[in-house]
Amino acid sequence: MAGFFSKIFGGYKQIDEDFYDEIFEKLVTGDVGVRTSNEIVERLRDQVKENHIKSPEECREFLKNNIKEQMRLDEDAFAFEKERSVIFVIGINGVGKTTTIGKLAAMYKNEGKRVLLSAADTFRAAAAEQLGEWANRAGVEMVSGKEGQDPSSVLFDTIQSAKAKQVDVLIVDTAGRLHNKKNLMDELEKMNRLINSYYPLVHRENLVVLDGTTGQNALNQAREFSEVTKLTGFIMTKMDGTARGGIAVAIQSELKIPVKYIGVGEKITDLKRFNADEYVDSLFE
Amino acid sequence: MAFESLTDKLQNAFKKLKSKGLLTEEDVKVALKEVKMALLEADVNFKVVKQFVSSVEERAVGADVLNGLNPGQMVVKIVNDELVSLMGPENAELVFQPGKSITTIMMCGLQGAGKTTATAKLAAKLLTKGKRPLLVACDIYRPGAIKQLQINGEKVKVPVFEMGDKNSPVDIAKAALEHAAKNDNNVVILDTAGRLHIDDEMMEELIRIKENVDVHQTILVVDAMTGQDAVTVAEDFNERIGIDGVILSKMDGDARGGAALSVKAVTQKPILFVGMGEKLSDLEQFYPDRMANRILGMGDVLSLIEKAEENLEIDEETTKDMASRLKKGKFDYNDYLESMKQMRNLGGISSILGMLPGMGLKTKDLEGAIDEDQLKQTEAIILSMTKEERANPKLMSLPRKGRIAKGAGVDISVVNRFVKQFEQTQKMMKQMPGMFGGKKGRGMFGGLGGMKFPF
Ligand SMILES: Nc1nc2c(ncn2[C@@H]2O[C@H](COP(=O)(O)OP(=O)(O)OP(=O)(O)O)[C@@H](O)[C@H]2O)c(=O)[nH]1
Ligand SMILES: [Mg+2]
Repeated sequence: MAGFFSKIFGGYKQIDEDFYDEIFEKLVTGDVGVRTSNEIVERLRDQVKENHIKSPEECREFLKNNIKEQMRLDEDAFAFEKERSVIFVIGINGVGKTTTIGKLAAMYKNEGKRVLLSAADTFRAAAAEQLGEWANRAGVEMVSGKEGQDPSSVLFDTIQSAKAKQVDVLIVDTAGRLHNKKNLMDELEKMNRLINSYYPLVHRENLVVLDGTTGQNALNQAREFSEVTKLTGFIMTKMDGTARGGIAVAIQSELKIPVKYIGVGEKITDLKRFNADEYVDSLFE
Repeated sequence: MAFESLTDKLQNAFKKLKSKGLLTEEDVKVALKEVKMALLEADVNFKVVKQFVSSVEERAVGADVLNGLNPGQMVVKIVNDELVSLMGPENAELVFQPGKSITTIMMCGLQGAGKTTATAKLAAKLLTKGKRPLLVACDIYRPGAIKQLQINGEKVKVPVFEMGDKNSPVDIAKAALEHAAKNDNNVVILDTAGRLHIDDEMMEELIRIKENVDVHQTILVVDAMTGQDAVTVAEDFNERIGIDGVILSKMDGDARGGAALSVKAVTQKPILFVGMGEKLSDLEQFYPDRMANRILGMGDVLSLIEKAEENLEIDEETTKDMASRLKKGKFDYNDYLESMKQMRNLGGISSILGMLPGMGLKTKDLEGAIDEDQLKQTEAIILSMTKEERANPKLMSLPRKGRIAKGAGVDISVVNRFVKQFEQTQKMMKQMPGMFGGKKGRGMFGGLGGMKFPF
């Protein structure tokens, strides 16, 4: 068996300090972060004692299963896909919000749902044009405004249209914004309230998009965006590169926010529902 | 939970460090362990950290502890100096072709790194420097990319050359150069599509552009928030395409930006600019010292180190003077007053104790012994002495003490206690003349870490 564990466990006859050091290194180089990696290693030490784990192989399975268990989604994680819903997509600049929305739209559309997109990024140059192209590719409709227009007004128009057309899924694209810019975060909060008041009876899914190549800052991002609205999950993009996206473990540990989808490319089909087993296996590869 | 500062983390480490003339291996190891964790938390790549730490260790073991610093701080000073020099130079500049020749710049990087924005920002910057830039839309893949560049170009008043999304980026680049020659543009900036470093076909495209037009500067745009993978990305782009410099984007976020160090360490290519916001004027010069500070996350310790360096330069003279007197077995009330002044120079004792990682822990224990009020009282007592009394402590007698107590506005018992304390200090000082600049680079406060105050 190839991969990290066979490499490191192959070299270890017993569970010693070097062994724990290597696990720590593997976690940190996967972007899990120092704090969470330390916690994981410390917990593992205790568990090794409690469960009388002797061999490195056994320890490997144990650790992987633990993390898989932790990352596993609740059964109702995708319940919103079966109901009338609104998906509020937020995140910092360039993480892949618009692209992911295009992929989601295509996926739902293929499942036979009526999908409507809201081009509520009125800030970035050509943002509506970009989402429009995705709407075309997915074969769904989109409501947009003018560059510089109040994004809430575009959102309001979309909600009216969604009600009139009785759409199943409304997906809202928002402008990328750094989580440490208060006025932009306030703007997002305003949009959040608008959905609450004008589209209250549908299932609400609030997803923050995080770039899988991001390091520890993704934790700050998740934390700050969850101040704006109650996050129901996050989407990790660019998982087709060489980054292993370990920060998801830290986010799950510290903020209890689950990964729901992962982006694995730029094509319209490059989106997967999150699978904890695959994720953890590749984290340790 | 907010990020725990290195200062806090070093508390424990520094507590264990002993204060001797030279940094011992143990001192360095203990402090570097914390530094290592801080760098990892800042997203500096694991291997880069390992290498960096071991090179610092080599440099630091046996180094003199500077006047006014404890060993832990001394290690941090060395770490910081190394970081700054590794991250430099400060004024790296784009290299332009001589005379009227056109300089071609190619931007590249991962998806979402911020290339299109950085491209427009760079054009705006060059415009203010009297260049006549032309922007070229070579991203034929991402929906809306051409339009985005056009709008940005309009905003910064720089022309944009595009041929839609049906021509290859190589052909677009070639045509753009002809266009530039005809239209008197002297800098051509190619905005290319974001791509993964492991996407062979897409990497090949950049190589082909370079084969077909003279690219003079290839700039890699790196997101300041990138994690451990930054080294792989930078290495791949550098080895396959060849890069000449780096622009760090999204530096207006709150990431510690360890990727900057990773990228610099593996490519050895200068960081040219940093992107500081969404406004197209927000492209700033890169300052290695600020970056080092940000990655290490310890501005407070560094400013203390700076302060100590400044003050101890001034005090060096006095210290030398005292040292020579002490060697002759002299320590009088004037010396006592002088050493108190040195303490003050460092910025007030309580504030100093708060600032020193190793000292913060001891603040409580020392509070009684050296709070500001008591220092003032002591000063008042000494200032109430005559010149002769100050220079010759042996003159002290009961009537003199009574007079001094009145002058200082304290009870005679306070003066008594102080005189006794002074005599003890005097004895102590005579026993360890080393405390007064006995070794190069170490004055009496070189011993702050494990010191015994004469107060
Ligand atoms: N390789 C890869 N690239 C992706 C993925 N998702 C998005 N991208 C690319 O990342 C870049 C940015 O994507 P966008 O969808 O424009 O990101 P955004 O968050 O909407 O950006 P702003 O609206 O500007 O904040 C584009 O070049 C996308 O093609 C992914 O899963 N894998
Ligand atoms: Mg977008």
